[in-house]
Amino acid sequence: MEFVGLKNYTYLLGVGGKAFWQSIQNGIILFFMYVPIMTFMAIVLAVILNSKLVRFFQGYRTMIFAPYVTSMVAAGFAFRLLLENKGGLFNLLLNMLGLPGIPWLENVWWARVSLCLLVVWGWLGYNMVIMLAGLQTIPRELTEAALIDGASPVQAFFYITIPLLRPVILFSVILSTMGSFGLFNEVMALTNSTAGPMRATLTTLVQIYNEAFSNFQFGRASAQAYVYFVLIFVLTLLQFRYFGRQE
Amino acid sequence: MIFNRTKLVVSKTILYGLLTFAALFMILPFIWMLSTSFKPQDEIFVSPPILLSRNMSLDGYRYIIDLGVLRSLWNTFFVAFSSTIVSIFFCSLGGYGFAKYRFPGRNLLFSFLLATMIIPFAVTMVPLYVIVQKIGWMNTFWPLIVPGAANAFGIFFMRQYISTISDELLDAARIDGCSEFGIFIRVILPIIIPGLTSLGLIFFMSAWNNYLGPLIYLKSPEKFTLPLFMMQMQGPPGFSAYREWMGVAVVSVLPLLIIFLIFQRRFTEGITAGAIRG
Repeated sequence: MEFVGLKNYTYLLGVGGKAFWQSIQNGIILFFMYVPIMTFMAIVLAVILNSKLVRFFQGYRTMIFAPYVTSMVAAGFAFRLLLENKGGLFNLLLNMLGLPGIPWLENVWWARVSLCLLVVWGWLGYNMVIMLAGLQTIPRELTEAALIDGASPVQAFFYITIPLLRPVILFSVILSTMGSFGLFNEVMALTNSTAGPMRATLTTLVQIYNEAFSNFQFGRASAQAYVYFVLIFVLTLLQFRYFGRQE
Repeated sequence: MIFNRTKLVVSKTILYGLLTFAALFMILPFIWMLSTSFKPQDEIFVSPPILLSRNMSLDGYRYIIDLGVLRSLWNTFFVAFSSTIVSIFFCSLGGYGFAKYRFPGRNLLFSFLLATMIIPFAVTMVPLYVIVQKIGWMNTFWPLIVPGAANAFGIFFMRQYISTISDELLDAARIDGCSEFGIFIRVILPIIIPGLTSLGLIFFMSAWNNYLGPLIYLKSPEKFTLPLFMMQMQGPPGFSAYREWMGVAVVSVLPLLIIFLIFQRRFTEGITAGAIRG
């Protein structure tokens, strides 16, 4: 091993860093594509399950949480099967509704949607369960008092439940942030290490892996890993600052 | 509160509808995985889609067994089980130390430990690989078991758990002449079994599903774990290997699903405990 100074870092500023910056960009895009929806759905589902308005709590929770224990590699292949352009179940269902099939894994943006579908499938249950745990800390009397005072359930949801869930939401969003740059199994199973058309689904971790183990550039990969680390660290810090404030 | 009857029925329908839609979406891949693994090749992409094939066969499974999926299954189990046992031992030991002993620099050390949780695996991936290579652990299961043994999350989890144990209990044991390590084995361990189970389940699941680790450390096919086996597998010549892939997927997924169904409560306890205290 030789010491080359900042060469591996300056490499990133030139043409060579293209794949890496693409992966960072993908991380940001993917984050906005799935995190808001997934977090919101997790909260909604948790609130419904928690509300005692529906039965079969155990059954629903089990079914929705089950994907979390599944190997994302296995799930990735299952989704490949479902998203196959000609004859995959999703397109067959679309056709039956009279809609044209979607080139799920062949188009840049649909490939990202496919990845997001897989990620939401795998992680929604986990997020729902931690939201459920968070809901336990909200005293029932609070929501009841609001409803008695004339608030509609929807208002109670937005003005009481969500603000009180802030710490849990923050936790979930931070995990999802780290997750969206660090998706590995999902990407490899869905699109291999080439990561889709024009590297559409290349996440930073996959990129670093490629650099280290396909290109055998340990030095460059390590430099990229450090940049990635600083980025995550700053993002996490910002999220704590903006959303972590207690009122 | 006056509830309009119709409104209630409509709301309930919506709520049930949402839940059911979500549940169905979650279950669909499992069902399709299972169904496809038994189908003959030409029925996989047929319209209208076939759920229960009339020509069900075990050929897909025969093929993957010939390729060695059972050995992969065993490898996966071995790695998952070993790393779980080792990890819960060291994490409970570490958690006990942080929870029940006072020593200089304790808080600093603990904060440092927590800080390491922010470091993404990508950062340590390369240097760890180099170290593993130099020790001569390449292509063995060691690097999948040892490095993660005393991990920050586990120690954090155990420390929170153990700190709820009353100190008087430990003092009583000391007075009775129990050695310090004896206290750990005879007093602490039996009490923390539920916590160990929850943590162990999380570790087991994560080791079972781990792909990146085995990918970089394991080179000979007979050592492959299931995710690796699946990614490397080629289908029978002339066909795309979907049926066979789904067969391996079923093998990968079924054991954990069964464990999950049996230990559901412990699972969710572990997950939520990690999140709420985190």
